Amino acid sequence: MNSHLISFQLNTMPVSVETTPDARLIDVLREHFRLTGTKEGCGEGECGACMILLDDRPTLSCLVAIGAIDGKRVITIEGLRETPGFAILAQAFNDAGAVQCGYCTPGMIMIAYALLRDQRDPDESSIRRAMAGNLCRCTGYAMIVEAIRLAATRRGQSW
Amino acid sequence: MTDNDRTVAIGESMIRPDALTKVRGEERFAVDHYPSGLLWAGVKRAGIPHGHLLSVVTDEAAKIPGVCAVLTAADINGTNRQGVIRKDQPVLVDERIRHCGDPVALVVAETQEILAVALEQIRFEVEPLEPVFDPCAALRSDAPLLHPDHPDGNALFTAHITVGAGENGFADCAEMVEGEFDLPRQAHAFLETENGWARADNDGRVEITVSTQTPFRDRSEVAEALGLSVDRVRIIAPYCGGAFGGKDGITVQSLLALAALHCPGRPVKMWWRREESFLAGVKRHPARLLYRLGADRSGTLAALSVEAWFDTGPYDHLGGVVAALGIEHAGGPYRIPHVDLKTRAVYTNNPVSGAFRGFGVPQVAAAMESMMDLLARRLQLCPLELRRRNALVRGDHCPAGSTRQGSIGLTACLDRLATHPLWTTREQWRAAAGPHRSHGTGIAAVAHGMGYGPLVPDTATAAIELLPDGRFSVQAGVVDMGQGNAATYLQMAADILNQPPDRLLLILPDTDRTFPCGSSSASRTTFTYANALIPAARKLRELLLARASEMMLVQDHREMLLVPGAVRHLPSGRDIELARLGSLLSRDERFVSHHYRAPAARETPSDNSNLRLHGFPHLIFSHAVHLARVEVDELTGRVSVAAYLSISDCGRIINPVVFSGQQEGAVAQGIGYALCEDVLVDRGQIRTADLATYILPTSLDVPPLETLAVSLSEHDGPFGLKGAGEIGIDAPAPALANAVEDACSIRLTRFPLTAERVLGALTERNNPRRS
Repeated sequence: MNSHLISFQLNTMPVSVETTPDARLIDVLREHFRLTGTKEGCGEGECGACMILLDDRPTLSCLVAIGAIDGKRVITIEGLRETPGFAILAQAFNDAGAVQCGYCTPGMIMIAYALLRDQRDPDESSIRRAMAGNLCRCTGYAMIVEAIRLAATRRGQSW
Repeated sequence: MTDNDRTVAIGESMIRPDALTKVRGEERFAVDHYPSGLLWAGVKRAGIPHGHLLSVVTDEAAKIPGVCAVLTAADINGTNRQGVIRKDQPVLVDERIRHCGDPVALVVAETQEILAVALEQIRFEVEPLEPVFDPCAALRSDAPLLHPDHPDGNALFTAHITVGAGENGFADCAEMVEGEFDLPRQAHAFLETENGWARADNDGRVEITVSTQTPFRDRSEVAEALGLSVDRVRIIAPYCGGAFGGKDGITVQSLLALAALHCPGRPVKMWWRREESFLAGVKRHPARLLYRLGADRSGTLAALSVEAWFDTGPYDHLGGVVAALGIEHAGGPYRIPHVDLKTRAVYTNNPVSGAFRGFGVPQVAAAMESMMDLLARRLQLCPLELRRRNALVRGDHCPAGSTRQGSIGLTACLDRLATHPLWTTREQWRAAAGPHRSHGTGIAAVAHGMGYGPLVPDTATAAIELLPDGRFSVQAGVVDMGQGNAATYLQMAADILNQPPDRLLLILPDTDRTFPCGSSSASRTTFTYANALIPAARKLRELLLARASEMMLVQDHREMLLVPGAVRHLPSGRDIELARLGSLLSRDERFVSHHYRAPAARETPSDNSNLRLHGFPHLIFSHAVHLARVEVDELTGRVSVAAYLSISDCGRIINPVVFSGQQEGAVAQGIGYALCEDVLVDRGQIRTADLATYILPTSLDVPPLETLAVSLSEHDGPFGLKGAGEIGIDAPAPALANAVEDACSIRLTRFPLTAERVLGALTERNNPRRS
């Protein structure tokens, strides 16, 4: 397949990359842009570790071909961490003990951010439903659920 | 004192220093390295379970532009063998293929795309051999042998322990129950699959950054397998993205080193995709267990007989040690005077089994704790009462014959359970079931031994240093695979030095920069390393107080105290800043190391020296009692866990959040083991080789977890702690099976308890003649 110039917005910056359009977004993020906060756990959309925001929607970057995002907006954990909402989420994850190995964490933060953006004060079962596509093998989920609840109570007008 | 100078007490939850970098996506796991000029390495795997490898044709692959090297066993100068006890696993197959995941050739290429094409082009010729997949069949005299050089054929490891009158103990038993149990092959399913990168310099020295639990053992294994001296190999071990035993031993290390040595100066990366991780990585040993348990009419246990078969796959890995730990724990945490225990780890052409959190204990605990409920039912005794009546106390002999000398909080756990609402309201829970549903409550009690056992030295050397800028560095040669041990080290050192934790830096394992500290495994990581660190930190404190008193012209250094950022002369209130002290001392004057060897059992309850080599007996045990509340859908057979409680005796708790995290995570893995996780293998081929078909518990499958601890203090433990990393996975399977029986009077002995199996048992219960 021939290379194409693909242009998109990455963490608020306009970027272009010369690549075959079937390259996976996750590989372009990690290898070309060195944004390794986005993790790969399964490569088939089952684990959620590679979650990013594509035009504000939580999206699994291992399932996205780079050719499909021309002109779109991508936010990775490296971009999200510059927002005020992230600071609250990060502190809540730390306080609740929601981080063990940390490999699922950026994906969890992404889904938590999107959930709290869409719902002001989600209850436990909404949180559990929202994160059901994000696997964590270390925590048993309870402390992550608690972290998101904590962030909801502390969010103020952050996002 | 500012907020930043806040110290953290032992027993108080401290935020892990690695949490923030991980949340921010900044922590660099092994997999996050893409040095410039990177090459990619990959492996051609056998795809057949058993055969003689006659030849490998590499020419076509080698001709492809962008292929840098195509390597086979002929390119290996060393032993080409890896393993911990028995070194029986080739880096690249030289003669015999023993399972589908065996590596036949190694390719290094400029890109992943070229690598994939080149791997397709590799051909090899095989003379198929008859495979064997069932451990019992593998022990027959006419079974095909996997390792014809092994004196015991396919029996990798065998042990027989008799205590008291052994089998004859059943003669006096008023009641006896029997059971046959099958435990599944469980995948670790850590999210960061096996990976690393390596670079060799022109002098043939190779540096490997790898996701591993065992950097120092890896160094020796790589050196020996490839024929290098140990000083030619450096292993760097960042935080792991999960491991749970699956990175206890060689995964990509030797392959990467071989690739790098053939492409000097170029970094080489290998990253197993999820399917390759399933195919080539290790799994929890499937086990078949035959149990008989006898008691008198009052419910005092009298006799136990166990026969265990652990399917170790084609290589030892740690299979013998798993079978030994399993049999040591086969009788649970109870007094049983007459015991007969037989265990075997058996070679088969199935995928490789190896270390996995729990290490043989989840298998036997599933059986033993099911047996306890079967016996309670037979005797019409309360399951909790039966366990209380037989619970080990300090000084008792455990079922495998060794004396329990350490702290035992089992009775305290059982007593705590007895008054807990989830236990006292179990009849209300049962009555609350809706139509076509049934509710039940199950419990299980377990013990888990800590450390390597009597012969293999369980040691660590901790080092701590005051840096010229006034901070401290703690050098820990033992991996943090996510459990939080590294944070606990900082918490302890900070406590001793009276510093806020952020004034301490952690140096992660690196065979060039830290001392050997053993593996991150066996519930020994914090116990052993912290027992080395505490004296080191105390020694450094005394040293700094002495030097500060000299500099401040104070005669008695006992008038000095470490305070955040400084040493203070208490009578005068004068301070000398640590940064100044650090800059005035040479490194030798501000660096302290301490070597520690964990205590080991001195008694020899078995005269089997091989059993001792494989870790029997252990000295210090943690304990736990778990309770599961389930709802069974009688129309579909689906089991849902409604509530879960663990009460543990792991000695003193240092960091409550880290402790609870270990218990909760282990319970979630245990729920998966009990209800849904099963690596299906058909004639050596894995049928569930991805996360779409191998089902892990999600946030909707794991209920809210309540985690309690009875905080005894273990005399030998650092600040009184005992191992906490594994015990949480031992009890969920039997607690859930017992809860299912309590709910709907069906006893399942084949795990996992899938909806299909539960429904089958319900159908049989409702209509016994149909079966």
